[in-house]
Amino acid sequence: MQFGIFSVSDVTTDPTTGHTPDDTERVRNMLTIARHADEAGLDVFATGEHHNPPFVASSPTTMLGYLAGVTKHITLSTATTLITTNDPVRLAEEYAMLQVISDGRMDLMMGRGNTGPVYPWFGKDIREGIPLAIENYALLRRLWTEDVVDWEGKFRTPLQGFTSTPRPLDGVPPFVWHGSIRSPEIAEQAAFYGDGFLHNNIFWPMHHTRQMVRFYRQRFEHYGHGRADQAIVGLGGQAFMRKRSQDAWNEFRPYFDNAPVYGHGPSMEDFTQQTPLTVGSPQQVIDRYASFVEEVGYYQRQLFLVDHAGLPLKTVLEQIDLLAGEVVPELRRIAEAKRPADDVPANPPSHAERVAAAAAAGEAGATHVGDTADPYTGTVAEGTQQPASQHTQQEARA
Amino acid sequence: MTTPEIPDTLGAPGATGTRRTLAVVSAGLSQPSSTRLLADRLADATVRELEDLGHEVRVETVELRDVAHAVVDAMLTRFPTGDLARALEDVTGADGLIAVSPVFTTSYSGLFKSFWDVVDPDALTGMPVLLGATGGTARHSLALEYAMRPLFTYLRADVVPTSVFAATDDWAASADDQGAGLPRRIARAGRELARRVSVRENDGPADPFAATPSFTELLGGN
Repeated sequence: MQFGIFSVSDVTTDPTTGHTPDDTERVRNMLTIARHADEAGLDVFATGEHHNPPFVASSPTTMLGYLAGVTKHITLSTATTLITTNDPVRLAEEYAMLQVISDGRMDLMMGRGNTGPVYPWFGKDIREGIPLAIENYALLRRLWTEDVVDWEGKFRTPLQGFTSTPRPLDGVPPFVWHGSIRSPEIAEQAAFYGDGFLHNNIFWPMHHTRQMVRFYRQRFEHYGHGRADQAIVGLGGQAFMRKRSQDAWNEFRPYFDNAPVYGHGPSMEDFTQQTPLTVGSPQQVIDRYASFVEEVGYYQRQLFLVDHAGLPLKTVLEQIDLLAGEVVPELRRIAEAKRPADDVPANPPSHAERVAAAAAAGEAGATHVGDTADPYTGTVAEGTQQPASQHTQQEARA
Repeated sequence: MTTPEIPDTLGAPGATGTRRTLAVVSAGLSQPSSTRLLADRLADATVRELEDLGHEVRVETVELRDVAHAVVDAMLTRFPTGDLARALEDVTGADGLIAVSPVFTTSYSGLFKSFWDVVDPDALTGMPVLLGATGGTARHSLALEYAMRPLFTYLRADVVPTSVFAATDDWAASADDQGAGLPRRIARAGRELARRVSVRENDGPADPFAATPSFTELLGGN
């Protein structure tokens, strides 16, 4: 099982000090947090995408592209990439570029976005959220898997003879997750394609998560991608830890009480009981999160929200240390022991695994399209047969 | 005054199973409250009529005061918890509903509205509903018609023609005052609700997973 962190990139006043970071400080803090997560040994860093204050993460691939250069092991991802309001053509280009730059050390998660005005700001209609997600993603896949695309749809200008570049690394597109809290249609979409499904249950009771994941698993099997227990599932999570449980409660309470989303609502006592938010010692976090396999079956990725509600950078880095140092090794061990069979994937597929699978299926595509005659010069580019990326070869040997 | 006959299109009483559940939502704030008193009287009248029609009736009463904090929490977190989750299941799973609010500042109370704001907006479609309201004087009685009825019409509920307003004085009025005393209005309203509940059973909430179109259907037209 992979463990990582995801950020909503909120700029929130620290209720204990009154300090509000400006946008520049918050962006730089996110970079520090991601690098720290990499150094601490977490598996995933995922950034949200927002187009309205108080959120700063408007340009995920710029941020992740930089992080690809300064981190070593961590998988860079999104939570989520707006499949509704972004142009799928730009998504195909940007994430293929990120895939190449990161040497395959990335994946991404599609989401519809729940901020009403973002839709009209980007020329879309929120009532078309599901149809936009369906059509845009269908086009995005074609742009990654077909070198030359002729396409006509409802929501964007038709394409004739369009080629999205760079072509995906080793001819294999990035792994894609779909995130949805309430819409079975999105679980259906993930199942249809055999993609991953992440239920961000941080504000929801577990019984709801269980239903959504069960539905996705059943449909994954229905569409012939494997057994239900082999579907690729992720969950959201949220924790605040100190060595002593009471210290965690005392320190986190003002952040909880004033947090965006749930602040000024239910008590922290009620909310920790009803949702996966766990405040306490590392052992309490281990106990709580180890039980989720019983709820949704063995799953492949657990993300934690650790940097919101105005928590200062120093505290966030300490939380990452506790997570990576004390919680994750133990959770990883427990989860692995609960993995029901060897053919249930331990982790989401890596780029190397996807390349191997594609090669086995005879599906790996060309890495670029320069081997066709240039329509303007009539000549053919040299060196068209690109070897698999160095990184992939190393991983395949390992 | 006689009750107008319910149109035949509603079918014959007792055409379906005999068990019925009636949900009663009372938004009175004091304890005891005249709003709850009216709600209970309306429920009694409806139960009597339903029993006369051969039904076995279970009544689930929700005092909004008891779940007031949870209603606000649900508005902030978007999911209901504890007693409120059970109350919502009782209300949306019932075969008929009696909803009674005090009139505050020209309309139903804010708590009453907040409760309906956390109910799934499709859950009341077609549900027989009887409305009641209480207030200091009869000058507030039309709040039932200009505020409460449109709320439930928006939710596509089947609101019975008679809604019942009880002013403070009504509790001391003679039963046949001007031929339209409170007990007679309650009886007439209860009869109207019972006739509707008798011929319709709640199928329960739609299963969002069963109702999800297959991906081929989702993709269709693209």
